[in-house]
Amino acid sequence: MDLTVRDLAVARGGVPVLEGLSFGLTPGRALVLRGPNGSGKTTLLRTIAGLQPAFEGEIAGAGERIAYAAHADGLKSMLSVAENLTFWAQAFGTADIAAALTGFNLEDLARRPAGTLSAGQKRRLGLARLMVTGRPVWVLDEPTVSLDAASVQLFAEAVRGHLAGGGSALMATHIDLGLAEADVFDVTPYKAEPRVSSADEVFL
Amino acid sequence: MSIWEYANPVKFIRTTDRLLPWLSAGAVLCLVFGLVWGFFFTPDDFRQGSTVKIIYLHVPSALMAINAWLMMLVASLIWIVRRHHVSALAARAAAPIGATMTIIALATGAIWGQPMWGTWWAWDPRLTSFLILFLFYLGYMALWSAIDDDDTAADLTSILCLVGSVFALLSRYAVNFWNQGLHQGASLSLDKEENVADVFWYPLLVCIGGFVLLFIALVFLRTQTEIRARRSRALLARERAV
Amino acid sequence: MIALLLRDLRLSVRAGGGFGLGLAFFLIVTVLVPFGVGPETGLLSKIAPGVLWIGALLACLLSLDRIFALDWEDGSLDLLATAPLPMEGIVSIKALAHWITTGLPLVLAAPVLGVLLSLPEGGYLWVVISLALGTPALSVIGTFGAALTVGLKRGGLLMSLLVLPLYVPTLIFGAEVARRGADGLAVETPLLMLAGISFGAMAILPFASAAVLRINLR
Repeated sequence: MDLTVRDLAVARGGVPVLEGLSFGLTPGRALVLRGPNGSGKTTLLRTIAGLQPAFEGEIAGAGERIAYAAHADGLKSMLSVAENLTFWAQAFGTADIAAALTGFNLEDLARRPAGTLSAGQKRRLGLARLMVTGRPVWVLDEPTVSLDAASVQLFAEAVRGHLAGGGSALMATHIDLGLAEADVFDVTPYKAEPRVSSADEVFL
Repeated sequence: MSIWEYANPVKFIRTTDRLLPWLSAGAVLCLVFGLVWGFFFTPDDFRQGSTVKIIYLHVPSALMAINAWLMMLVASLIWIVRRHHVSALAARAAAPIGATMTIIALATGAIWGQPMWGTWWAWDPRLTSFLILFLFYLGYMALWSAIDDDDTAADLTSILCLVGSVFALLSRYAVNFWNQGLHQGASLSLDKEENVADVFWYPLLVCIGGFVLLFIALVFLRTQTEIRARRSRALLARERAV
Repeated sequence: MIALLLRDLRLSVRAGGGFGLGLAFFLIVTVLVPFGVGPETGLLSKIAPGVLWIGALLACLLSLDRIFALDWEDGSLDLLATAPLPMEGIVSIKALAHWITTGLPLVLAAPVLGVLLSLPEGGYLWVVISLALGTPALSVIGTFGAALTVGLKRGGLLMSLLVLPLYVPTLIFGAEVARRGADGLAVETPLLMLAGISFGAMAILPFASAAVLRINLR
């Protein structure tokens, strides 16, 4: 099943930032969003993940198929790496965390409290969370922040594995991951016309 | 023509602008007439003396304290169901008025209670309920002012108003149960034998009418202010956007 | 859902989780009361049920902001919202975890503190019963308040202002059960009312809390 976006407009604080977006994402493919800071990539990803309502247009094939990862990793510093992953696995109704630990080279850290990890290690744990959700569509907001070159390779491998398994990925990133399956989608041309927020319109 | 047309801010301001002078004049007229009549042209009560005359302020303000909350409840429901901005702003506008009415009711009650019951304050069910109602008003206003985004604030305060109404009602029963109290029963019910005498009753009706008109006028005025404030923010935002 | 409950419980007992803080607060309030009103046994035993209820209520109130604040800060709340759990379930579990970590210890500690306040002998049972019935309502109502103020900086004081009026009926009936029990009077009516408020709040308020949380996450 594809993720399809048709004539989508997304709004930040009621003010549309991107409009007229249409794209599709088939299983086995990745789509990389590009665009300058503040262009609305995060808003778009949050909308597709279902965290905020679409301003106009429609999104099909999202909802409970999405695994979302953003700047905040949602880690509990008092829980160990394995406990953090196990919790998210259970929350999403899966059980196996071994593959995720191996995939992001976290086995040796499994018993360490997440609070003692470095920023890059935390990020790896946050991304490993995606693998335990069992969801087919990954929606990623700047996934490579604070990752070193080796970890970026691990991440690219994980995405490749996910795509090979019939999953798909939608991400906003500036780093070239070297994914053959990835298309690039520049959001710059879809910048919304400057206008007032929908809530303000009625007052003018 | 549907009543919902008045939910348009521009239409609302235009209509209320026409109504406001009449409402204000009516309120002043009723209050002056009713209060003067009540204070100077009614006999003193045979037990309570002239202190009884405070009912011309006490009863109407107490009525409006509750009615203001009911109005906010209705406005909140309208906002939740139909999302008319004027409705949310009217609820916001009514809260401080309702809180003030509650204070007036409590203060006049205290002034009356001192000579009558020999105390400024007693934990009587009615007094206590009004104090709790005042706390609800405070919380509601505090939540409005704490949130930056207007629509979020409207959503959250509406839900608070709904939940608060249920708990305010519960508190009312709880407080009744907790202390049986010294306050006399309702003195205005139509079906009871022992009502206030007609001499007091007619000026009181005029005063209540005056308070109702005053409340409506104030809500209109304050809602207009809220709409204009919101509009000027919208204009500023448009200037920044374009 | 059970995973979320276990995680919250585990977090609260680990270092920095705040387990026991509410209990310690309850203890301190109870100890302070005799300093304030004097050590006379007769007076203390008369006010003991009410003091225990007020102490428990304040201890509950102080721990409310932990319900959502930490999950909000580290992004867990966003991620939970995308997980296949209904929001109503999330807030109910959060309230349950709050009750287990705060309310339940208070219920268990109340008889011990009752000794300090020379609670009349017949009162122990009813203090425990009324707290056991009433503290779940305090947790559920508090969860609603916490959800209302979740994104706000310095929301703690505002939350108290919002939650305390909502606590009034629970406090009145709960303390009434304890007081009548201590005086050896019939407790049926306030007990039934307390149970009604508790179960009613548990049944209905999660929907309001979930709605409020969705608005705040938007």
